[in-house]
Amino acid sequence: MQLTNLTIREAHELLTTKKISSVELTQAMLDRIHDVDKKVKSYVTVTDDLALEQAKQADERIAKGENVTPLTGIPFSMKDCISTRDVRTTCSSKILENYVPQYNATVTDKLADSGAILVGKTNMDEFGMGSSCENSALFNTHNPWDLTRVPGGSSGGAAAAMSASLCSFSIGEDTGGSVRMPAGFTNVTGIKPTYGRVSRYGLIALASSFDCIGPMTRDAYDCATVLEHIAGHDPHDSTTYNSPVPNYTANINKPVKGMKLGIPKEYFVAGMEAGVESAMQEAIRTYEKLGMEIHEVSLPHTKYGLPVYYLLLFAEASANLARMDGTRFGLSVSDGAKDVIDIYLKTRHEGFGDEVKRRIMLGAYALSAGYYDAYYLKAQKVRTLLRRDFETAFSKVDILLAPTCPTTAFKLGEKTSDPLEMYLSDIYVVATNPAGVPAIALPAGFSNNMPVGMQLIGKHLDEATLFQVGHAYQQVTDWHKQTPSL
Amino acid sequence: MTQTIDTKTVKHVAFLVRLGISEEEAQTFSGQFSSIIDYFNMLNEVDTENVPPASDIANAENVLREDVVKPSMSREEFLKNAPKSERGYVKVPTVLGDE
Repeated sequence: MQLTNLTIREAHELLTTKKISSVELTQAMLDRIHDVDKKVKSYVTVTDDLALEQAKQADERIAKGENVTPLTGIPFSMKDCISTRDVRTTCSSKILENYVPQYNATVTDKLADSGAILVGKTNMDEFGMGSSCENSALFNTHNPWDLTRVPGGSSGGAAAAMSASLCSFSIGEDTGGSVRMPAGFTNVTGIKPTYGRVSRYGLIALASSFDCIGPMTRDAYDCATVLEHIAGHDPHDSTTYNSPVPNYTANINKPVKGMKLGIPKEYFVAGMEAGVESAMQEAIRTYEKLGMEIHEVSLPHTKYGLPVYYLLLFAEASANLARMDGTRFGLSVSDGAKDVIDIYLKTRHEGFGDEVKRRIMLGAYALSAGYYDAYYLKAQKVRTLLRRDFETAFSKVDILLAPTCPTTAFKLGEKTSDPLEMYLSDIYVVATNPAGVPAIALPAGFSNNMPVGMQLIGKHLDEATLFQVGHAYQQVTDWHKQTPSL
Repeated sequence: MTQTIDTKTVKHVAFLVRLGISEEEAQTFSGQFSSIIDYFNMLNEVDTENVPPASDIANAENVLREDVVKPSMSREEFLKNAPKSERGYVKVPTVLGDE
């Protein structure tokens, strides 16, 4: 039995029947990280001592049978944009390279309360800006399926750590596909919940109206389990929903027969890799065999999703990143500074990478006098149309199926010279964030030995259906059980 | 419509976001920005007459609470991350000049 390959519920069963201890499981995970992560480089920080201390406490909890949750004693990793008290939180940026938060994100607190074990913080594109993890200012992360390829982004470290069995689950963050796109590239299951389902308190903000924290796991069942533990209302985040968090695993085994699956025709156009297209067709046939009704639907504004998303993101990011000013925390370059503005200019010049610089400047441009109406306001209007597209589609079908990316993972360095080319790899995942709807990425096969991802997109707050339909697929396929050899 | 964003504009927006920038960087960004903005101009094709901007998120409404004093992070704890501090305050160079 390989402890590092267990699902959450397999590990939970072994822990609660005392066949293994959390200390053993956590130690096995740490050993594997120190062995394998030299090649993958998914972790920015590994929290050995803290993890083993938490594991001991989890074992005591299990021994006493008090407060044992499905996550008690289970090792996980956290994307490095989510605040962890006394554990360095870098956003993979030079400007926060030595930043140690004094407080926990709500998600961090919730996971600690559930008894889960933090084994480390994962690499990402700087502040979440990127689609390959190559914008990390610290180092590149490699795709465990082919080390010469990218893991996707921006939650590339989270996806790679999950894929390489370097944690039992991983917490990522999805602003415009940052959970789903890397999940697809690395054969991992991951969800972007409905905007407002999971608290953003303590998440270092990229675009506040899009940011969604979401779990990455081995399968849809585990994903449902983790979301249950991190979702819910938070007085610290007034955009969180007040409605109770459903028990997502309660109805996960319900048959999908008779449900309506929509295939958005705008997502199946020229430019898709042949192996991705055939994997999607096979997935559709699988659902047909499971008794779902297949309907073609139209999301007519799909092609505008990318410019809407990026324009609004640039604008929101330019405001959010203003707090990185070198005076209260983080890097401070004050040598020879004649006034406080000089500190801002020097610190931000030295502390931000090129992609961050591009985006905050373009954001200021889109918001500036004379361009506001043409760019920012126009994008917000088209955003309304994008949202209506989904509303119309969901008046006809229960759920939508689409690929997560037109291709499988590309080579390191392949798209770094052209920022626009990199943006285009997000074409299938960005529209859901301006619309706020949830979507789950699932492993759907292989093309030239690289994983292919598909996503199911659902109605607002209807994560339960995403898990149910995702789980049904994973009962009759075994793509999600394939692991890379490292 | 092709729109060029010249280095003067790049330097202007860099200052707006308080970002130091070299002449060489301004040139690189100028070329990149022009092609990105050119791509974004595809939004002009969309008829948005009578379409309201999506200024809110799905569940947005005002959330009100009593304004009561609660314990917060101590000054000492807060200042742990401050690059420079003095007598319990964050220290920065002169903000208001004496000229």
